[in-house]
Amino acid sequence: MGAFGGHDGRERRWTGLDRLESRNRAPRSLLVALVLASITLITLDVSGGASSPLEPARRAVGEALGPAESAAAAAVRPFTAVPAWFRSKGDLADEVRDLQASNADLRSQVELAGFDRNRLEQYDALTAAATDLGSALVPARVVALGSRQSQSFTVTIDAGARAGIGPDMTVVNNDGLVGRVLRVTRSTATVLLVIDPDSTVGGRVGSSMEIGFVTGSGSLDQKTGLDLRLVDDATVPARGDTVVTWGSTTGPYAPGVPIGTITDVYSSLREASQRAVVKPFVDFSALDVVGVMVPSGSDSDRAVIEADGSLK
Amino acid sequence: MSRLRWVVALLAVVVALVVQVTLFPHLAWHGIVPNLCLLVVVAAALTVEAPFVLVLGFAAGLTLDLAPPADHIAGRWAVALTVAAFLAARVRQDQKPSALAVVGTVAAASFAATSIFALSGVLLDDPAMSVSGLLEVVLVAVVWDVLLTPFVLPPLMRLFARLSPQWAAS
Repeated sequence: MGAFGGHDGRERRWTGLDRLESRNRAPRSLLVALVLASITLITLDVSGGASSPLEPARRAVGEALGPAESAAAAAVRPFTAVPAWFRSKGDLADEVRDLQASNADLRSQVELAGFDRNRLEQYDALTAAATDLGSALVPARVVALGSRQSQSFTVTIDAGARAGIGPDMTVVNNDGLVGRVLRVTRSTATVLLVIDPDSTVGGRVGSSMEIGFVTGSGSLDQKTGLDLRLVDDATVPARGDTVVTWGSTTGPYAPGVPIGTITDVYSSLREASQRAVVKPFVDFSALDVVGVMVPSGSDSDRAVIEADGSLK
Repeated sequence: MSRLRWVVALLAVVVALVVQVTLFPHLAWHGIVPNLCLLVVVAAALTVEAPFVLVLGFAAGLTLDLAPPADHIAGRWAVALTVAAFLAARVRQDQKPSALAVVGTVAAASFAATSIFALSGVLLDDPAMSVSGLLEVVLVAVVWDVLLTPFVLPPLMRLFARLSPQWAAS
């Protein structure tokens, strides 16, 4: 930067015509140098992988900008709530109709209870497993979203290492699985959403217990959904089935977290496999309050929701 | 003067970035938001000398690459914004640029930067995306940036011009 500071002194002595010419002359050597510097950074980051030499830089920038993002999001929040006050009667009527439809849906599900009873035991085991994990939730709010120009679906949440959050922890909200923590700073954490094309989650079909992999489709649209590929090609997942995560307590995704329901099943003759579309339970375009699953009893700078629902 | 200009320019980049990731996602169209950091770089390109602008473009790109919630390979926005700054600095005229020239420069720089970023993603396979998806992102990003130009560019250009009087276009 100092080199350019010295520039000014020289420029002032130049006469008008020279000045105009020099203004138009874009320094090609500097362009080449900066582009090469960028390519060096890309190479360092690609070859470094998870232990990239740029991770400390990311962390430093995050420490500096994270609190600013949290503050800005807090300032913006009251204004983003305004449109909700101006909902028309038509909107409310639509909502009533939607709720009636979903109510009817639920009623039909209840009527199929007998058929579902055998599933129940398995679900029960899953729920019990989730409770046995003794995981607690650290509440947090989404403060910043990555743009789609950047091609990755990541968000910043306003809880970090001080709240007891670490990399690879599972992030959920009241609807289901949101994603996992990529990296943390003291006061913020970056979360990879499950809709990111790079995200792969181990999924289990609720009724058949078949396992597969759920990949993000790279769209915020809830209808586009996620891709599910089962490990066993011979089984056909049923439409309307619930997909939950499978995994270990140490792995990035805790087991038994609901991901979504299967809406469509395609069979590919060429690959001789089944591809199912999973509609996520979470509406990713309206993410706000999320919870990060932490081991029970971990230290945190805020109230932690324990597995039995109590606040600590 | 020069140091003050650096401080102001970097501050503008940081403010642009924070607004871009916190406020605009609420207004985004399918997740595509205006690239305010790019607008800061173009505003500088239209008012101050090229070396400063190139380094500012690199710095703004690096901030976009490293600040949360970014998770792509670092350096991609840096190369995109450096080249966009180079292009914007080339089309500058000796007199004060007309409104149309400013809008045209923003559109060209936005198209170039978003395309370079997208193409670098295709080259590095850092996520694989469909070509139609990329086209949609690039075009909507250009529309967003052009829409915000009348609100963002004039004050920024005035600011940069005041901080570097020897370059101020008369």
